[in-house]
Amino acid sequence: MIDVEIVWDNLPLYLRGTWTTLWLTFTALAFGLVLAVPLAVARTSRNPLINGPVFLYTYFFRGTPLLVQLFMIYYGAGQFAWIRNSALWPLLSQAWFCALLAFTLNTAAYTAEILRGAIAATPKGEIEAARALGMSRALIFRRILLPSAFRRALPAYGNEIIFMLHGSAVASTVTIVDLTAAARIVNARYYSPYEAFLTAAAFYMALTFAITGLIRLLERRWHAHLRPHLS
Amino acid sequence: MDVRGVHLRRFESCSGRLTMIRRSFLVATTFAMLAVGALEAREWKKIRIGVEGAYPPFSEVGPDGKLKGFDIDIAYALCAKIGAECELVLQDWDGMIPALLAKKFDAIVASMSITEERKKRVDFTDKYYQTPARFVRKKGSGIEITKEGLKGKKVGVQRATIHDNYLTDNYGDVVEIVRYGTQDEANLDMLAGRLDLLLADSIALLEGLLKTEQGKDFEFVGPELRDPRWFGEGAGIAVRKEDQDLKKLLNEAIKAIRADGTYDAIAKKYFDFDIYGG
Repeated sequence: MIDVEIVWDNLPLYLRGTWTTLWLTFTALAFGLVLAVPLAVARTSRNPLINGPVFLYTYFFRGTPLLVQLFMIYYGAGQFAWIRNSALWPLLSQAWFCALLAFTLNTAAYTAEILRGAIAATPKGEIEAARALGMSRALIFRRILLPSAFRRALPAYGNEIIFMLHGSAVASTVTIVDLTAAARIVNARYYSPYEAFLTAAAFYMALTFAITGLIRLLERRWHAHLRPHLS
Repeated sequence: MDVRGVHLRRFESCSGRLTMIRRSFLVATTFAMLAVGALEAREWKKIRIGVEGAYPPFSEVGPDGKLKGFDIDIAYALCAKIGAECELVLQDWDGMIPALLAKKFDAIVASMSITEERKKRVDFTDKYYQTPARFVRKKGSGIEITKEGLKGKKVGVQRATIHDNYLTDNYGDVVEIVRYGTQDEANLDMLAGRLDLLLADSIALLEGLLKTEQGKDFEFVGPELRDPRWFGEGAGIAVRKEDQDLKKLLNEAIKAIRADGTYDAIAKKYFDFDIYGG
């Protein structure tokens, strides 16, 4: 039978874990998005010197598991004396920084590819019309390509937010007490995996539903022109 | 899977249903017989033993991919004494007791300390060794083991161990406790300089860290910790509460290998002192 007392007694631990999960996920998403916009623009370039390196970057971070990326940064950085003696070590020695770095680079790679696809899907006519009006390349990006690309990317980006939230569970493997780690501590203390992980699952699910609800609101606003007209 | 394979599977499962009905009769009769003979000991021809494999020198995976260590040798010696086949099952530490209860294996030989908390879930044999716990610091760090000296320090422990509990209960309000899945990971972060202190079994720290090449800059600090309230009565073998017969067999086997010199021969391979502890 489910022992509610275990869950109740450890509620503060779960709440602190939830805060850590949210903080890590959304900080990484914010930094990742800022990085992703120039990367996506670079990916649409026909110049292989601009396009190539970014392609390699996104290929690597989308082609390897987040857990492996995190281990490479967390344990890999600690292996070399020259990193341990560098000015970066005070940051890299912190588990939260390693996790934030791995998550940011990971989500930036995925988001860049989402945006690249959205930019590539811009109807040709819009660009031709902009050119006919005498807009410069930069102005076309700012006024035509990016605004409509952001709208088109919204549903896919909503998925990315949720993937990131769920993916952040790997932070628990490098001593960060997030929602999953809270469940592992409770499991380890009471030997009750069911209570411990079911509670974490409930928290994750509530967060996921809240996020999908928010995305739906945004879509309603920015995709208003795509909704069927019922009259 | 090819399409024919799928058809074959389906076919088999259809014809299998008949056998299943017959089998359930068999199972029912077996259960009835078991109920009658419940007090009779089950024969232990094969014992599945849960081990950790990340706790040198007691349990580790060698360069050849084989399990080795004091726990591993003891497990094989006990099986040999009982006359049963040994099957070792690797299991992460913090899932150890749940996995035993879920019958993934029948006994835990993983340097598990006998504590009141664990006794609520499982039964333990008599101890098969007992060693104290100690803190480790970096040489020259000057950290002392007092409430004052530990203030704000990062202390690494393995999650859900007696050391974790001791630290949480005694210094939880002053130190930052960093919990790891395995002792290996904690040692690694100590070497990398992410931790100020480690708290663990003194032998595991001595053999797994201090005696290694990279561990030469680290040293023990503070007294040997033996308080039975946290550190229990030594390491025992955990079995499910219903398997009293297995517990009895294992206890007899521990006595037997202690008496005939097998235990000492194994201990000598790893330690140059008496690990059984009185």
